[in-house]
Amino acid sequence: MDTPLTIDVSRLNKHFGNKHVVKDLSLQVRKGEIFGFLGPNGSGKTTSIRMLCGLLTPDSGQGTCLGLDVVKDSIQIKSQVGYMTQRFSLWDDLSIEENLDFVARMFGVANRRQAVMHALEELGLAGRRRQLAGALSGGWKQRLALASCLLHHPRLLLLDEPTAGVDPKARRDFWEEIHRLSASGITVLVSTHYMDEAERCHRLAYISYGQLLASGTAKEVVDSLHLNTWEISGHKLHSFGEKLRQLPGTEMVASFGTTRHVSGRDAGTLKASLETALVGSGLQMCPISPSLEDAFIHLMQGSRDQDQYGNGGG
Amino acid sequence: MGRSPTFSVARWLAILIKEFLQLKRDRLTFAMIVGIPVVQLLLFGFAINTDPRHLPTAVMSDPGPFARSYIAAMKNSSYFDIVGSIDARQADELLDKGQVKFVVTFPPGFHRDLARRVTPTLFVEADATDPIAMGGAIAVLNWLEPEVFAPDLPRLAHPPSPPVDLRIHRRYNPEGLTAYNVVPGLMGVILTMTMVLMTGLAMTRERERGTFENMLATPVTPLEVLTGKIVPYIIIGLLQVTLILVASHLIFDIPILGSLPLLYAMVLLFICANLTLGITFSSIARNQLQSMQMTIFFFLPSLLLSGFMFPFQAMPSWAQTIGNALPLTHFLIIARGILLKGNGLEQLWPHIWPILLFTVIVLAAGLKTYRRTLD
Repeated sequence: MDTPLTIDVSRLNKHFGNKHVVKDLSLQVRKGEIFGFLGPNGSGKTTSIRMLCGLLTPDSGQGTCLGLDVVKDSIQIKSQVGYMTQRFSLWDDLSIEENLDFVARMFGVANRRQAVMHALEELGLAGRRRQLAGALSGGWKQRLALASCLLHHPRLLLLDEPTAGVDPKARRDFWEEIHRLSASGITVLVSTHYMDEAERCHRLAYISYGQLLASGTAKEVVDSLHLNTWEISGHKLHSFGEKLRQLPGTEMVASFGTTRHVSGRDAGTLKASLETALVGSGLQMCPISPSLEDAFIHLMQGSRDQDQYGNGGG
Repeated sequence: MGRSPTFSVARWLAILIKEFLQLKRDRLTFAMIVGIPVVQLLLFGFAINTDPRHLPTAVMSDPGPFARSYIAAMKNSSYFDIVGSIDARQADELLDKGQVKFVVTFPPGFHRDLARRVTPTLFVEADATDPIAMGGAIAVLNWLEPEVFAPDLPRLAHPPSPPVDLRIHRRYNPEGLTAYNVVPGLMGVILTMTMVLMTGLAMTRERERGTFENMLATPVTPLEVLTGKIVPYIIIGLLQVTLILVASHLIFDIPILGSLPLLYAMVLLFICANLTLGITFSSIARNQLQSMQMTIFFFLPSLLLSGFMFPFQAMPSWAQTIGNALPLTHFLIIARGILLKGNGLEQLWPHIWPILLFTVIVLAAGLKTYRRTLD
């Protein structure tokens, strides 16, 4: 823990009416790392991000973001943070250039015109700068939104599901860009639903129904669950799915293409019951190390069992 | 929202420019800004004709020459069309049905009394359901009589008193409003409608489209957002007023007796009052529809209780209390006072401070609700 912490918050809480959207969230993000923020829909990811950049005031809890108090210094935090909202939130009825110019003015960017021109060229949109932002495709909107977040050279980027609805090529380009930014010293906190994106992060946190369930590197998160996973493969597997779920020791069954992953924490019981069940079925089983996806599906199921309500915190 | 942030002119200017750019793109809104004053002015201005002529008039006549020349003069004024002679029973009926607007009664012995200088009574019943419309005709009656009778009464060049005791009975509406009532009033009504509505939509639109979140993610302060969103509409409001003033002066001959700078200062104050309300509505409303509903909720009492539609003094005291809280009530008096009576600041002050107070209270409420926008 030699690297300084960019985000260091503890026991943040947020209620909307009766809904306890974020529960005792504690989070440490180190300078320059890409931190993945995962969790099902409505788990409080967006609310947490909004609290970190000063858009929402936490009901309780304390902490710092870029060394500034998240409760008291929201204005100062905002001027050093680039926040990319989940939904495209630039102005549809302003042109690309006007949008960038507006954001640059709002942040008081030095040499504004140059900065905007530079951003337009970097984007490759210099020729289309008079086009209305609303007319852009999803991928371009996302790139424009990112460019507008970077105009004021933030030290921290908060990206709320930045790649939702974006094609694979654009997604890969986007992540290349994120890694370049991270290499240049910018800290990035990114929420996502995609496992491949989660694996691209240096460290992860998993939040569900407002509670932080696991955090660490991908390997640490997987290891912390102490899962034992067997891959089942063979013909007639589809008719066997329900039966696998009923076996003693099975905590989770997940489909992966033509195979099934069966996981449980009690390795002995699970192995024994699988072996019994598969006798004469023609199916093969082999132990594998659980993937991040196994871990998250397990986390999701576990939390759903103990807490069955949704919220609009998305 | 954070420790006492300083107001940034650059950020404020950025919002201002953005609002204008967006207005430029929103053709319909832009058309409304120009169209509402012009269309309403023409519609109301002509529909509520301040000076109609050829009003049907019935006469209960004394056959003498004085009465005849009076009736001839009435005809010549072009304000009255004499539809015929009637008796007392018909008079009420015709007025009730609205078939005549005036009944002029020359009492028996009118000619004889006038010749003897006894000052007979000339009795005029006017249908004052639309008192503004009657104003012109009644004014004509007032200066008609000395003109008509003076040449026929040569022996006294300067009669000691009016030769005839003209009594005008305003039927159905004894309150009787002054002429030129509508156009200055319309100025206030149009401003109330467009200012509250437009700004009401300005902020809810940002919220509905999610762009508000983007704006709040910048180090912008509530005051910058509020004023940055208000100022473009102040400019628009002043343009609308200019449009109305020019049109009403050219088309309807509305006089401007008082000081024009004072009028604009008052308009500015009134615009600010409405804009702060619009902005406050929009920070309370969750979407554009709600904002629209709130605007109408405010607009209706403004229209009905301000004295624009119904005489203020004729309302019950509870309604007057509500009316007095509305900026439009005071603005109507101010606008008419400046335009028609040439009132100055001193006479208007009792109507200025209530608008100021309204603005301050609403602005405070707006700033308070603004803080909670994303929470």
